[in-house]
Amino acid sequence: MPSDLALPARAAPRDLGGAWILPPLILLGALFFYPLALIVAQSATNSAGVFAPGTYAAVLGTSLFRNALFHTVEIALAATAGCILLGFTLALILTFVPFPGVRLVARLIDTIIALPTFLVALAFTFIYGSAGLVNGALMQLQGTHVPPLDFLYSIWGVILAEITVYTPFIMRPLLASFSLIETSQIEVASSLGAGAWRIVRQIILPAAMPALLAGGSLCLLLTVNEFGIVFFIGAKGVVTLPLLVYDKAIQEFDYTTACVIAVVNVVLSLALYALYRTLIGRFGGARAGLV
Amino acid sequence: MSGAALASAVDRSRTVARADAAPASGIGFNRVTVAYKGSVALDALTLSVEPGEIMAVIGPSGCGKTTALRALAGFVRPVAGRVRIGELDVTDLPPHARDIGMVVQNYALFPHMRVADNVAFGLHARRAPEALVRSQVQTCLAMVGMAEYAERYPRQLSGGQQQRVAIARALAIRPRVLLLDEPLSALDAQIRRSMLAELARLHRELPSLTVLYVTHDQTEALTLADRIAIMRGGKLMAEGLSHVLYRNPPNRFAAEFLGRANLLPVQLEQPGLDTGLVSVRLGDTRLQAMAPREKLPGAQALLCVRPHAVTLTRSDVADNALAGTVRAVQWQGDLHNIELEVMGSPLRMVCTPLRDPPQPGSPVTLHFPPDEATLIPADAE
Repeated sequence: MPSDLALPARAAPRDLGGAWILPPLILLGALFFYPLALIVAQSATNSAGVFAPGTYAAVLGTSLFRNALFHTVEIALAATAGCILLGFTLALILTFVPFPGVRLVARLIDTIIALPTFLVALAFTFIYGSAGLVNGALMQLQGTHVPPLDFLYSIWGVILAEITVYTPFIMRPLLASFSLIETSQIEVASSLGAGAWRIVRQIILPAAMPALLAGGSLCLLLTVNEFGIVFFIGAKGVVTLPLLVYDKAIQEFDYTTACVIAVVNVVLSLALYALYRTLIGRFGGARAGLV
Repeated sequence: MSGAALASAVDRSRTVARADAAPASGIGFNRVTVAYKGSVALDALTLSVEPGEIMAVIGPSGCGKTTALRALAGFVRPVAGRVRIGELDVTDLPPHARDIGMVVQNYALFPHMRVADNVAFGLHARRAPEALVRSQVQTCLAMVGMAEYAERYPRQLSGGQQQRVAIARALAIRPRVLLLDEPLSALDAQIRRSMLAELARLHRELPSLTVLYVTHDQTEALTLADRIAIMRGGKLMAEGLSHVLYRNPPNRFAAEFLGRANLLPVQLEQPGLDTGLVSVRLGDTRLQAMAPREKLPGAQALLCVRPHAVTLTRSDVADNALAGTVRAVQWQGDLHNIELEVMGSPLRMVCTPLRDPPQPGSPVTLHFPPDEATLIPADAE
């Protein structure tokens, strides 16, 4: 081809690959980092709008805050322990004790994840509340007018509701982890003389440990931040950090205190999230079906 | 581990291993039937294994051989029949109470435990004293040449080494019977041959150990087993001493599955007097074969000749000579595999490598000794 007919070479398109980071950054900044920065700034500002880092010492020193922190950690730890225990047991049964309808049960448990958390609290009110089904039946049975079951409006009601809501979060990775255990390992262990308890303890539990740790820390993270259940149940004297933020901000209009507590809550959550990622990274959460 | 180190380890362990052998126990299946969701996987299996014997159960996939092993181990419950280990009826016992050692195809080592802990697992489960656990673990690991690997994790071992550990783990509890479920299938050919020799040696050292060996590989069965059971479709098709079953299969399926026999349709003639031989006719050719143990039904039969018993011979040889045509010749290193056609029937022979192998299409004369040919019923599978 004659050279004068050759088309001029096109300039290579500029590599704009790096620019794709901007839209998500702008979005994140507008929706998350900017509000967070406002909260942090507000937490260190007094009612006159002056920078006052001493606000932290004042808020963190109150018994109200300390009680809320204690209840938050107490409920989160107890609920997580309950979730681990119940989730492990249920996952064991669903995997190793096959029965008709096992898949349906697994799916039903899974759907709890999709439900709003306050719904469980509402259901608990209908079942275990003062005028709920259980108390109604018991009062009729005993011929009294005093509800015999009175745990729902205590810390135990909150813990039980959180266990109900968050157990599937433990079960999902556990079921995935159990499905990877070779049946032949369990059969060989059994042939060697191991009973069911020893097999669970020495074969299944070590294999499920990564899923259990990762699921447990996720559960801890979610229960620390749980608001709907605590708010809906309204247990006497049970105030958690998220609830305290709500009280201070919405009911008392004390935004500075609310922001200080919110910052503490965020730091606690980030610490737990770091723990969660560390456990996943260290024990192979990908294998446990978590990431 | 080097060969010398392995031999040394074996020598060290031999005395102890013999002393540790469990009392001999046989195995018995009495009309055992296993069904899964209405489908019969094992159909009234009756089979017994003598104490100290190696019984290989072979057959194609889905024949019920693994189901039989699992019924013996207690992992499936028969819908009918009884299972016995020694004098004890174990049909209703859970697996952990049956006193069996088991080795499976994928080794099933516990990945989070070191080799020594894997081997000690069964002993701990039986609450053996710690001193006994330690000595037994050492003995069993030495027996399989793995003493130097006690502190390693399974993932740090090769397939062959993992299988040795699995065998040591099964032997550590001094089981009454050892169940091997396709134990060499996951290994490559070279390691499989070496492991087969190891298993044979182990049984020589533990002669009272009764072994049920499930495999689809007839070479493993013939190499290792005292007796072989051949299964198909959940049923026992043939059973007997390995060499007897090989030389004198009772039916077509046994003949074809064990050793890929040549089967030629023949007409029965009169048995020879006092020779133990019988005359048969293949087309116009009269041949001699071993007289069958039982009278065959009808005048038709199948002449069963193993490929290695067939040789090429001169055309003027009169006895047990057959005219055939070469269809294909394959050189396989240490042998020649020759496919032929004899009076419309395919026939295969194997021999040591020939300097001047026949060409495909060329006519040849074949010969086989009468005592290498047997007769099986023509109509039975």
